[in-house]
Amino acid sequence: MAPLIQLAHVHKLYRMGDEEVPALRDVSLQIEQGEFVAVMGASGSGKSTLMNVIGCLDRPTSGRYLLDGEDVSTLGRNQLARIRSERLGFVFQHFNLLARTSAQENVELPLLYAGVTSAAERSERALRALTRVGLGERAQHQPNQLSGGQQQRVAIARALVNDPKLLLADEPTGALDSRTSMEVMALFQELSAAGITILLVTHEADIGRCAARVLTMRDGAIITDERQTPVRARIPTPLERVA
Amino acid sequence: MNTLSIARLSTRALLRNKLRSFLTMLGVVIGVGAVIAMVAIGEGAKRRVEETFESMGTNLLIVMPGSASSGGMRGGFGSQATLTWGDLAAVRTELKAVRTAAPVMRAGVVVQSEEQTWTTGLIGTSTEYFTIRNWRASSGRMFSEDEVESSAKVVVLGRTVVTNLFGAADPVGQTVRIRAIPFLVVGVLEGKGQSPMGSDYDDTLVTPYTTYSSKIAAGLGKFIAGSMFVSAMSERDTGRAQAELESLLRDRHRLAPGSDDDFSVRNLAEVARAQEQGTQILTTLLAAIATVSLLVGGIGIMNIMLVSVTERTREIGVRIAVGARSWDVLAQFLGEALALSLAGGAVGILFGLFAAAQLARLYHWPFLVHADVIVMSVGFSAAVGVVFGLYPARKASRLDPIEALRFE
Repeated sequence: MAPLIQLAHVHKLYRMGDEEVPALRDVSLQIEQGEFVAVMGASGSGKSTLMNVIGCLDRPTSGRYLLDGEDVSTLGRNQLARIRSERLGFVFQHFNLLARTSAQENVELPLLYAGVTSAAERSERALRALTRVGLGERAQHQPNQLSGGQQQRVAIARALVNDPKLLLADEPTGALDSRTSMEVMALFQELSAAGITILLVTHEADIGRCAARVLTMRDGAIITDERQTPVRARIPTPLERVA
Repeated sequence: MNTLSIARLSTRALLRNKLRSFLTMLGVVIGVGAVIAMVAIGEGAKRRVEETFESMGTNLLIVMPGSASSGGMRGGFGSQATLTWGDLAAVRTELKAVRTAAPVMRAGVVVQSEEQTWTTGLIGTSTEYFTIRNWRASSGRMFSEDEVESSAKVVVLGRTVVTNLFGAADPVGQTVRIRAIPFLVVGVLEGKGQSPMGSDYDDTLVTPYTTYSSKIAAGLGKFIAGSMFVSAMSERDTGRAQAELESLLRDRHRLAPGSDDDFSVRNLAEVARAQEQGTQILTTLLAAIATVSLLVGGIGIMNIMLVSVTERTREIGVRIAVGARSWDVLAQFLGEALALSLAGGAVGILFGLFAAAQLARLYHWPFLVHADVIVMSVGFSAAVGVVFGLYPARKASRLDPIEALRFE
């Protein structure tokens, strides 16, 4: 089977006034179906740019990107929107849920743009996704009635509702305390075990340890690519947290 | 996305910020309300002017005897009799643009019933007068040709005279004394109200001119001791009728070219038209001012939509990230602007109708609202929404999702 993600000599340049700043330099990478990959690196190392390119939010300046065998490096804005809608799910650092909108409606959002016109189907799929992240009972809660960890789980349900090929998470624990971070990571591991491909960007080492493969970036290039036995995410006991 | 989901999406977004949506709408509410109210007021005023002139008579021209010149020692109109019975017959038969004509002679009289006395104006005229003035009997009948022929002592009373002499009782068949001469009341005229100059049309008595000449004021032989009311074929014909009248009378009076007329023709239709034009200009002016406020309302929408797009940059980023195409974002924001302006328009129509109805009641105007004004207002508010929503919506739809998601 072809790899889910194939990057070949991908470059990305940003224009800053007159200067061109390279954000990605000659990145080549393959990710197989079902992998759980963490991208690590200091800020400015290019990990977010890599994520944006893989997430079809941005196009490489040069090089080729095959997603699920299809060359997406030259697609237009609306074609990329279709790819995102059908094959990708996003989780952000700041959850980015719509305020004053119920969890269920937030989760239904991608279905709206994917052209699911039946309200009953949207609601049913949204509830299923919410149940999967353990929030089936809080479908009618609004974001401000939910804790940070719960909000992030709603966001994960939103990313899952389209049955994506790939789940992209940009610093998903960045706005959470260590306890809820681990709760969220446990959920990611569960989804990974269920066969979902996950690409996670983080700068925290203990979050990276939860993935099966870690890419380290510096100055726009991948400097290490290691497979590891993931550490099982578990909630630290109060004693450990004091220590 | 289909239209329904766009509409739902847009209304949801607006309901999330009710106060702001309401305040934004308010601009359009006031704009549309003002347009509706102003146009209704203008139409009402115009109708009122029309009604006033209609009550004076249908396509009426009044021919007054006397010189048009104010020079020398000559008196004004009506101060000397120059119109003859022959002139009247000629006007009736020879002029194409004239439907009919009637002599009108007036005298102040004291009139008495059994119990009451009243001072009023008596008109001596022919049966055509009622047609020209567009005046019907509310009870009884008008006097007939035979009664004119025989100088019968019959009289038709105006409503005010009836009230003052008989109160609520029906005077038809009763006798009144005019200058102590008994007259049989044959009919009562329907109420016409006030003239444009504020006098009471209904404070009058009407009797055959033959009776008038023999019993009230001695006749002047071949001259009519008063004026002539002439009705043109149609409103359009009043100008022509005036020209024909002038040329016929000059001819009959053998006036040399260059000399002054010894009569004057007043074209009331023309006066009415001028008045109507005046109110039309007023209506247009009011509507124009109201339109400016609608424009300001539209700019308010644009302003708030721009703020909203900036404020919701992240939301837009999320929508794009989860698969919204440019068109979807454009449609949502355009939908929001449209929903605001249409809702504002709907409330504005109600508000405008209410205001117009209140003003109409206050000033005793007819309350007139044409459907096309409402249709136009709805169209206009939709246009305001699209025009002023387009720029913010385009801005939203062109956001870079990465930048948008990073926006603080």
